[in-house]
Amino acid sequence: MSKNFVKIDEERCKGCGLCINFCPKKVLSFSDKFNSKGYRPAQQHDLENCIGCGFCYMMCPDAAITVFKETAEV
Amino acid sequence: MEKATYKKPKSLAEKEFSYCPGCHHGIIHRLVAEVIDELEIQGKTLMVAPVGCSVFAYEFFDVDGTVAPHGRAPAVATGMKRAMPERMVFTYQGDGDLAAIGTAEIIHAANRGEKITTIFVNNAIYGMTGGQMAPTTLLGMKTTTSPYGRKAETEGFPIHVSELLKETAGIVYLERVSVSSPQEVIKAKAAIKKAFIAQKKGLGFSLVEVLSTCPTNWGLDPVESINWLNENMKKEYPIGVFVDKVGDIK
Amino acid sequence: MAERIMVKGNEAMAEAAVRAGCRLYFGYPITPQSEFTEYMARRMPEVDGVFLQSESEVAAVNMVYGAACTGHRVMTSTSSPGFSLMQEGVSYIAGAMLPAVFVNVVRGGPGLGDIQPAQSDYFQSTKGGGHGDYHLIVLAPGSIQEAVDLMETAFRLADNYRVPVMMLADGMLGQMMEPVVFPEYVKLDGINDHSSWALRGTDGREPHKVTSFDIDPVRLEEMNTETHKVYEEIRSKEIRFETHDLEDADYILVGYGTMGRILGSVVKMARKQGIKVGLFRPISLWPFPYDELKKAAKGKRFCTVVEMSTGQMVEDVRLSVEGALPVHFYGRTGGMVPTPDEVFKELVRLIG
Repeated sequence: MSKNFVKIDEERCKGCGLCINFCPKKVLSFSDKFNSKGYRPAQQHDLENCIGCGFCYMMCPDAAITVFKETAEV
Repeated sequence: MEKATYKKPKSLAEKEFSYCPGCHHGIIHRLVAEVIDELEIQGKTLMVAPVGCSVFAYEFFDVDGTVAPHGRAPAVATGMKRAMPERMVFTYQGDGDLAAIGTAEIIHAANRGEKITTIFVNNAIYGMTGGQMAPTTLLGMKTTTSPYGRKAETEGFPIHVSELLKETAGIVYLERVSVSSPQEVIKAKAAIKKAFIAQKKGLGFSLVEVLSTCPTNWGLDPVESINWLNENMKKEYPIGVFVDKVGDIK
Repeated sequence: MAERIMVKGNEAMAEAAVRAGCRLYFGYPITPQSEFTEYMARRMPEVDGVFLQSESEVAAVNMVYGAACTGHRVMTSTSSPGFSLMQEGVSYIAGAMLPAVFVNVVRGGPGLGDIQPAQSDYFQSTKGGGHGDYHLIVLAPGSIQEAVDLMETAFRLADNYRVPVMMLADGMLGQMMEPVVFPEYVKLDGINDHSSWALRGTDGREPHKVTSFDIDPVRLEEMNTETHKVYEEIRSKEIRFETHDLEDADYILVGYGTMGRILGSVVKMARKQGIKVGLFRPISLWPFPYDELKKAAKGKRFCTVVEMSTGQMVEDVRLSVEGALPVHFYGRTGGMVPTPDEVFKELVRLIG
């Protein structure tokens, strides 16, 4: 697994798909599940290829995404 | 080890946004909050929300805030700033609010060089009331009150707020941006930051116009909306810096 | 002893506001109150205050709203058409429970009307004016000295109850000159501590939100109910009125503001001729002294209400006396001011 990954707050997500559209590595997709508001939230299906670029975060209109990026050990 | 390099800014409230899926308000809110965090002004910022979709904006920021009557946010912000000149005051307004009913207030706040910042979200339509024609609606665009498409002969022309405001002497920073791609989001944030810095330095009035989608009322999905914005809105409302008297902020 | 100086009503009220601790003034010129705005333009810089001439009354009232959000003493002054333009903001200020003071130097209406004294904004001032369930405290001074004395009261009431307060004057009061004694400067420390709700920046505390808004009808009703509890308290504690020669009177004259003062002369004229007339002059128009007037009118033969309008406060007088005695009305309108002679003649005619 890549040490870069995203965490999506499934309850905040409204399934607009902008993160999926703008992900350069196409590691995101819609979940099969529905959240309590009836939206299908985005999920990271590809755990290997995230580069931690933050594009998904930047385009997310619901502040639902946190991006974790591998950093050098302190 | 992994570190959260991109995460919800501190000055954004926990409350979930009330906006429709794909609406750009949420992106713009986040950018404003990131700027507030980076300038370390959360504890000394007052905000004025408008009437329209972003009427709830005062709930989405962890700063002191109020809601102005429709279009009057620049006047309300003026009163706040004059009462507390050492505080940062910003208004957040849509195009119905700012460019129609609030035209007088925005022009005079800008012209007085009121030391406030306005975030102006232009999506060419009235969102909250259900997709009516705005002064910014493009020619030919169909809305619930221009069901045959906006015609110049009867409905006039799309109003260009930034082009109008650039002539006012009190404005020190004025830029039109969009948030239609990650690259543009980065530029939009830089513009918002510069607008806040202009205020922090006490230079005068600053405004950032942000082109935004309204997927629900445009009748397009969020991605199609961005394409429509890129193809149509940017032609009518070109991106760019109109006024920059702030200079190098480094 | 404090000095008595000749001063114009508009300027006297403005100076009184400065002494009451008001350091924020937003306004727009309109006759017959423009001297108020001009005085503030000169005076505010002397006390490190803020004077701003807005682009309209609509903007002025919203500047007042914004400044009131910070919990500092703030005011505007205007005249009838200007106050009509302010109604939207007044409703928001009342809804958001913000302290602010308004001075309305009433002129003839409706519409553009004229620039002479009138009392035709009584309904607008006391029954709402803007949309929604709300009230202003409305104070109606009968002389310049009283206007000066009431100014600090107006700010204090606004601060205590977090409601907008109006000084309802008229063109006569605004334009004439009288000798006045000004009060000392108020020390504001602790008087208007609004730190529990005011918008002044969080500085680490929980954010404050000031709105007249709640999308949830259950919560909006709660909000309105809370506001109305405050109104009830005001109704029980803040009734103000003045009476003259009522005890042995057969007849009772009722008038407020400038008219109340003129009726004072009428009472003297009548008494000289052996006609037993008394005066009831409401000073708080909202809350209106319903019970006090009812008590005062008990046993009298009739009541005559005189206004510089076609009859507005007379409705509240009728509500007060509940049909216990006949209520007559005499009024002039359009900027015409009834003279003591003509009111006296009317009184004699009514006595028959």
